Amino acid sequence: MIELLGISPQALFGQLLIGLINGSFYAILSLGLAVIFGLLNIINFTHGAQYMMGAFCAWFLLQYAGLSYWWALILAPLAVGITGIVIERLFLKQLYKLDHLYGLLLTFGIALIVEGLFRNEFGSSGQPYRIPGELTGGNNLGFMFLPNYRAWVVLASLGVCLATWYVIERTKLGSYLRAATENPALVQAFGVNVPRMITLTYGFGVALAAFAGVLAAPIYQVSPQMGSNLIIVVFAVVVIGGMGSIMGSIVTGFALGVIEGLTKVFYPEASNTVIFVIMAIVLLIKPAGLFGRAH
Amino acid sequence: MVDVTSGRLTAPVVVVARHQYIAFAVMMAFFVVAPFFVYPIFLMKALCFALFACAFNLLIGYAGLLSFGHAMFMGSASYAAAYVAKEGLSIESLRILSITIPIHLHLPPFPPELAILFGTACSGVLGIVAGKLAIKRQGIYFAMITLALAQMIYFFCLQAKFTGGEDGIQKVPRGHLFGTIDLGNDLTLYFFVLAVFLFGFLLIYRTIHSPFGQVLKAIRENEPRAVSLGYRADHYKLIAFVLSATLAGLAGATKAIVFQLASLTDVNWPMSGEVVLMTLLGGLGTVFGPVAGAFIVISLENYLAQLGAWVTIVQGIIFVVCVLTFRRGVIGELGRILKKSL
Repeated sequence: MIELLGISPQALFGQLLIGLINGSFYAILSLGLAVIFGLLNIINFTHGAQYMMGAFCAWFLLQYAGLSYWWALILAPLAVGITGIVIERLFLKQLYKLDHLYGLLLTFGIALIVEGLFRNEFGSSGQPYRIPGELTGGNNLGFMFLPNYRAWVVLASLGVCLATWYVIERTKLGSYLRAATENPALVQAFGVNVPRMITLTYGFGVALAAFAGVLAAPIYQVSPQMGSNLIIVVFAVVVIGGMGSIMGSIVTGFALGVIEGLTKVFYPEASNTVIFVIMAIVLLIKPAGLFGRAH
Repeated sequence: MVDVTSGRLTAPVVVVARHQYIAFAVMMAFFVVAPFFVYPIFLMKALCFALFACAFNLLIGYAGLLSFGHAMFMGSASYAAAYVAKEGLSIESLRILSITIPIHLHLPPFPPELAILFGTACSGVLGIVAGKLAIKRQGIYFAMITLALAQMIYFFCLQAKFTGGEDGIQKVPRGHLFGTIDLGNDLTLYFFVLAVFLFGFLLIYRTIHSPFGQVLKAIRENEPRAVSLGYRADHYKLIAFVLSATLAGLAGATKAIVFQLASLTDVNWPMSGEVVLMTLLGGLGTVFGPVAGAFIVISLENYLAQLGAWVTIVQGIIFVVCVLTFRRGVIGELGRILKKSL
């Protein structure tokens, strides 16, 4: 059947895999945006820059401390998460009483500063980051060749997404978080330290972005601009999925990655724009997003 | 003022704001004298961006809609104007699905005034489509949707043949205005650009001081209440959006003629951020703020141009400072000190 369409199975599965990889990044990033938005009511425009910082952090660790990819996978999200906490304490905290749009403008400004600083230091060209030794090579599955590292990226992101979902939807800590999303004043009255929870939530969302950055480092080159174009696509993903549901963000992220991959096979000219077109269609049919709740 | 609580739109009490006339006179005096002291090309650039920022301010300042994709209107209009001014317009046939409609339309290169009109009209049409989609959501979502739509237009311009890809459309002729006035002269062109700017500026001024503008403000303040009073909020928002898009297009088309160039910079997202910055720095929802903001930002970029990435860093710092401590902007603060709304 595949041959009937005049498309080789190698190309099809190859693009499907790329789609899944992109989908992994969309899923982690839109998940982080959704978690932050839920509690802080802020769209974190710095998310793309923080993803880039994660990748650079991994590169620094390897270059200057000789720490391997596996260390980076833990240390980079931690370090970038801490910078996120500092940003929240210093700046974002002052904006909660204002229109949400100010949060968007502030994080946009921070993104410009961060990207500018990195571009000043490293120029526009990318820094290569080697695939860790344990994950080089690949397997021939008969219908396609599956590089080990790419399989790992999909599995790792799926694991992190599901773990986040589990923590938020199924644990006591997550129930506090969900309650604070609904009514922070009431939760605070019960003796929960909501401001600290907000700070840690932002840190966690940022750490997710950095984690995605470390995963991306060996696939794409580590460059200052790697986050800025990606974040706009992730915004479209968030509009399509709606930010009301954690699982919704994950499913939408992966699904759109795959759709984008398929578009590359069947109609390559539209592969850059297909997600935006889907966004327009979803807005016409279901303005609140596929998993969103209308306010 | 709108008396929303009583449920009637009282006939707008025309408070002849004298201080606004004075401010306008000061601005005009500056614009008339400036080209004899300052490089006209720089002034024309600033004027185009001032019009762009004013158009953007109409949305954020008076309708409360933060568009993060206004570059798509500026960019598409500048491409359209540049193309027809250089190549003219020839459409052999129109293909819709598999039906081919022969048209055989061949027009020679457009004179500058028609090229600008054509570019402006294109961005107006784009504004209708983008506006219809974006006003379905509010607040943060509105910003994200406009940004995403603008990115789509960016990719379209990157891939389409007529835009020249990375090269853009270069060497656009400035031509003769109405067939007689040579726009090759910088000073002549400056006064033409000034006229275009004034047209847009006064149109916006008229709009925000009209009953229509008052309804927009009512919707901004409390949309459900405005709806319950019988105003079709979406209708008003769409009209404001299209007007803003059209005027942003006017700025872009004029800019294409001035610089004889249409490029991807005009349609990419940093341009959308830049217009937000100008308006925020000048003062959201003030009449003169966007103009002041545009002049400050363009001068700043002029001075920092050799420093590369520092432009971005400084822009980011201005964003952060404005949001944290300077939310009224330059003109807003000035108005607060003088106790007048400027």
